[in-house]
Amino acid sequence: MKRTVSVFFAFVLIMCLCVPALADDTIKIGMIGPLTGPAASYGNSVKQGCEIAVEEINALGGIQLEISYQDDQHDAEISVNAYNNVMDWGAKMIVGTVTTNPCLAVSSIAYEERVFMMTPSASSLDAIANKDNMYQICFTDPAMGAHSAEYISEHKLAEKIAIIYNNADAYSTGIYQAFTEKANELGLNIVETKTFTDETTDFSVQITAAKEAGADLVFLPIYYTPASMIFNQAASMEYSPTYFGVDGMDGILQVEGFDTSLAEGVILLTPFSDASTEENVVNFVTKYVAAYGVIPDQFAADGYDAVYALYTAINEAGITPDTSYEDACESIISVITKIEVNGVTGTMTWSPDGTVTKDPKAVRIENGAYVEID
Amino acid sequence: MTLFLSYLINGISLGSVYAIIALGYTMVYGIAKMLNFAHGDIIMVGAYISFTATQYWGLHPLVSVVIAMMVCTVLGITIEGLAYRPLRKAPSLAVLITAIGMSYFLQNIALLIWGADLKNFSSVISIGSISILGGSILITGETIVTIAANIVIMIALTLFTGKTKMGKAMRAVSEDKGAAELMGINVNRTISVTFAIGSCLAAVAGVLLCSAYPALLPTTGSMPGIKAFTAAVFGGIGSIPGAMVGGILMGVIEILGKAYVSTELGDAFVFAVLIIMLLVKPSGLFGKSVREKV
Repeated sequence: MKRTVSVFFAFVLIMCLCVPALADDTIKIGMIGPLTGPAASYGNSVKQGCEIAVEEINALGGIQLEISYQDDQHDAEISVNAYNNVMDWGAKMIVGTVTTNPCLAVSSIAYEERVFMMTPSASSLDAIANKDNMYQICFTDPAMGAHSAEYISEHKLAEKIAIIYNNADAYSTGIYQAFTEKANELGLNIVETKTFTDETTDFSVQITAAKEAGADLVFLPIYYTPASMIFNQAASMEYSPTYFGVDGMDGILQVEGFDTSLAEGVILLTPFSDASTEENVVNFVTKYVAAYGVIPDQFAADGYDAVYALYTAINEAGITPDTSYEDACESIISVITKIEVNGVTGTMTWSPDGTVTKDPKAVRIENGAYVEID
Repeated sequence: MTLFLSYLINGISLGSVYAIIALGYTMVYGIAKMLNFAHGDIIMVGAYISFTATQYWGLHPLVSVVIAMMVCTVLGITIEGLAYRPLRKAPSLAVLITAIGMSYFLQNIALLIWGADLKNFSSVISIGSISILGGSILITGETIVTIAANIVIMIALTLFTGKTKMGKAMRAVSEDKGAAELMGINVNRTISVTFAIGSCLAAVAGVLLCSAYPALLPTTGSMPGIKAFTAAVFGGIGSIPGAMVGGILMGVIEILGKAYVSTELGDAFVFAVLIIMLLVKPSGLFGKSVREKV
């Protein structure tokens, strides 16, 4: 009996040794993000977006991709462990990390060790600052703020603007600062600015102030959780301005029990809209719904585009499974600013500082669904 | 002036929610002489139960409130029996830490059952807003009902502790557990009933809290719970009218602080007021005037 067991283990051991040898003709990519824990929905969306992209690319023939998905639970230390795991596994480059704080930790190590990283969704400027190996799929927070101001000015949406933002949150503050800067430059009239913090559930002061100032548009560079509370309370205070949100507002229609009529007419700038009629978006949405039974959100789209961006760069740089990760990093850096990727979040090009350039899409909520507007 | 008045009304509506939570805190403290830090989380459970009953089972909102009250009552008795009763003779610090542990336990259980994503609680109150001063000031239906509920509960609790046999037993236990036991009062049963009433009130508070502020998360009860505790201390912990006055003052101070000084410092004001109160009058506003701490 003992002998059988040891033979069995020896066999298993040999099989384990064989697996990497069999997979040698594929390029390995490590994906790091929160697959469990409080930010799990973001990480899982990115993962599922990546899976759709890998499936499509491998079906094309040519270069084959294999992704190892590592959970970081939105924790910087666990994320570093996850990074070490994928590098031991043989990853040549990283898709990730999904959330900002872990990204700051992992990207510093990856910068030292020369591993190329493409983050789908860590939108902070700090994630890419002074790291030539770091590139983003998502807009930076300041870009989102500036785009919002431009959009409001261009479409003459408001006479008087009020802003309510979370000044305990880097994302919200980053967008707010860039928005006011651009708004002043464009001559927009900001009549009231009110802040709140993570613990706030009572927004009556902020709403009363906006209402008293006579604002006809309220800019909300915040996540959908506080936004839903603002919509509820403003309605009970009989205040109904135009609301203008950014990508953090994405998800408001999925809040369980939320009366979507309160969000009627809300405009938001988001890089991805599942309502788009573009061929690649329709294709992505159809496949995603078939595979996972839900409509893809912006994180899924970011994950999908991240894989395609790396795939385009791999082809352009002529990377093979034998290329070391250091060489892969240098050669991708040299081509990434030259390529153009037509993704589901728009047509993307990159600057050497790691930021992406693409057109934001504006959607308006009508009858509880996104409708694309100019 | 109208602006000030509308801030004042906002403050009173926020305060009335604190008051109703503070009533439960003060009730349990007054009799069991322990700070039940899990009170805020029982509120959260009550709100989730009501949400589940209306959204998933399609029940009438008022029926859901009754179910929430029953579930919370059972929950309160269970928590008391399992977590606090074995520590009856232990130092009060041990009980306090157990209560904090219980608070996290309830939050994590809620996380497990209902998940981390936001639920939007739809108000159980169907009466609309009243506008006064020519429509410039609105008082929401939630505020009216919450204040009415406060008054009803306050009177009912005062009558209960003053007139009924069980109420008298509670006051006896509150004054001296040992002597009460010698007089033939079943201390454990009395404290159980206290927790039952406190938790039943928590369910009402949870439903009213979430009707006014509809964001429902596993952490929904913690911050209002702490603020209501502050309100109870402010009003004189153990005093029933003190809890209500303290709660309303707390809400008004918070809103006026946010409106006229700084929105970020709103919470800081609340706690600054607590510190000043403790320095000037450690027993709280009504701490001395009500001799039986009930």
